[in-house]
Amino acid sequence: MHPSEPGARQAKKPRFQATGDPGWVRVICVGLTLAFIALMLLFPLMVVFTEAFRKGLGVYFAAITEADARAAIRLTLLAAGIAVPLNTLFGLAAAWCVARFRFPGRNLLTALIDLPFSVSPVVAGLLFVLLFGSGGLLAAISRWSGIQILFAVPGIVLATMFVTLPFVARELIALMQEQGDEEELAAMVLGANGWQTFWRITLPNIKWGLLYGMILCNARAMGEFGAVSVVSGHIRGVTNTLPLHVEILFNEYNFAASFAAASLLTLLALVTLVIKTFVAWRERNKGIIAESHA
Amino acid sequence: MMPLKHPQRFGLLPGFGLTMGITLSFLGMLVILPFAALVLSASRISPGTFLDTLVNPRVLASFRVTFLAALGAACVNAVFGFLVAWTLTRYSFPGRRLVDAMIDLPFALPTAVSGIALTALYAPGGWLGSLLEPLGVKIAYTPAGIVVALIFIGFPFVVRTLQPALADLEEEYEEAAASLGANRWQTFVKVIFPSVLPALLTGTTMAFARALGEYGSVVFISGNMPYRTEIVPLLIITRLEQFDYAGATVLAVAMLAVSFALLLLANLVQWRITRYTYERS
Repeated sequence: MHPSEPGARQAKKPRFQATGDPGWVRVICVGLTLAFIALMLLFPLMVVFTEAFRKGLGVYFAAITEADARAAIRLTLLAAGIAVPLNTLFGLAAAWCVARFRFPGRNLLTALIDLPFSVSPVVAGLLFVLLFGSGGLLAAISRWSGIQILFAVPGIVLATMFVTLPFVARELIALMQEQGDEEELAAMVLGANGWQTFWRITLPNIKWGLLYGMILCNARAMGEFGAVSVVSGHIRGVTNTLPLHVEILFNEYNFAASFAAASLLTLLALVTLVIKTFVAWRERNKGIIAESHA
Repeated sequence: MMPLKHPQRFGLLPGFGLTMGITLSFLGMLVILPFAALVLSASRISPGTFLDTLVNPRVLASFRVTFLAALGAACVNAVFGFLVAWTLTRYSFPGRRLVDAMIDLPFALPTAVSGIALTALYAPGGWLGSLLEPLGVKIAYTPAGIVVALIFIGFPFVVRTLQPALADLEEEYEEAAASLGANRWQTFVKVIFPSVLPALLTGTTMAFARALGEYGSVVFISGNMPYRTEIVPLLIITRLEQFDYAGATVLAVAMLAVSFALLLLANLVQWRITRYTYERS
């Protein structure tokens, strides 16, 4: 049997009458599922593009190429361009020390890494306002250096980094714990140094998990709304990211332009889903290949 | 068979100091310092002010709205999340893989985009809003709109937690139940459902916790009327815009307390299950 398709197990092995469900149950379940998915996922997706193109292609392209939109796109790319590589570095470092070593406080460290996921985005933004705002712990930094942090680009980058911090780390910790350290130890025993072991053994083993974590991190970094909204100050053309631009246009009843900007973010989400599905499919196939060799 | 426990590996692989250093500097700057700022800010507030801020009719109303909407959405998600996960793992139908890939859309779609898309759908002139209006059902700019937005962002949690649990079910148990005379419904209620109940509870708790803090997808569809459709995160933003940092801090601390309590609950459920399955095997 070559189970290249995940449903192959059920499909090829006919269930007994006693453990299969009657036809009408299947029809109802499948019908309700499709109706729910259409209502909750397909409709919102379609409405974004319909509204974006409602006033024609000319208006659409004007909306995504005007100066404020361009500035918003640039800032979004900049924030993600800083946050994703830095959080990737963090994820690799955190996974290496959590998955490869035992030390006191390891569980606490893992809990701290996961913490940003359980904080409301608005509270996340508030944390940085309290940290750098007047009377805050680091308010002095901003005053001495003359670098504006709150309501400016550095604040946006910091808030983005906070909400996307766990993505890569979480993915890699689980993956590296599951893989174990036998291969790395073998490399070390055979005389490789630490970096050689990392580049030739660890990285090839985790590359798909790393990519998976990075694209999820990127999607959230480009789409973050609540946290960035709190620290940005909403200065048009200066501290507006693409999601904030969408909000401002929508609140000004400029729906066509708002949905045009939103359509760019929706495309990003769809591309993310395609890559995610592809990576998951590769991982599964690899797993099956590894099993059949064993 | 349990693999033998590895001896302490500390020191065999290099890089502990370097990676720990990087990890701690990131956590220090991005997590520990900001939380210290919150603690510092909270410590400056007297218990009296703390209580006064919370026991304010508008604040209490927003906590009620947030809680009830999140609870309603979690209940809907528990039912439909189960149904979708069941259908996707048990039945094959055309488009199954596409549907499976699309489940994660709410995770990938920026919350502001989900917010305006749902508003456009359910607003009085929208595709669904215009269908519901003759029936006297209003979704947008009512508490029901908040529930719809929270269903949208929460249901992948339930589906993705249930799918592996449903896929791991051994067919033997169902065969045994059937051979002992149970009909299909009895097998479902007494054998299948109890074994995936913990996963269902975990997923629903995750969806609920996420819903409590959700902001972007809710603010557009809710209409933000004080006492009626104003959620706690929005109230925090309002306080910040008035430079009332103390008020914002109190609300944030209250929200964090609730989400940590939930996190603890979810972990407790998980821990009980692991212990239970461990003892049984």
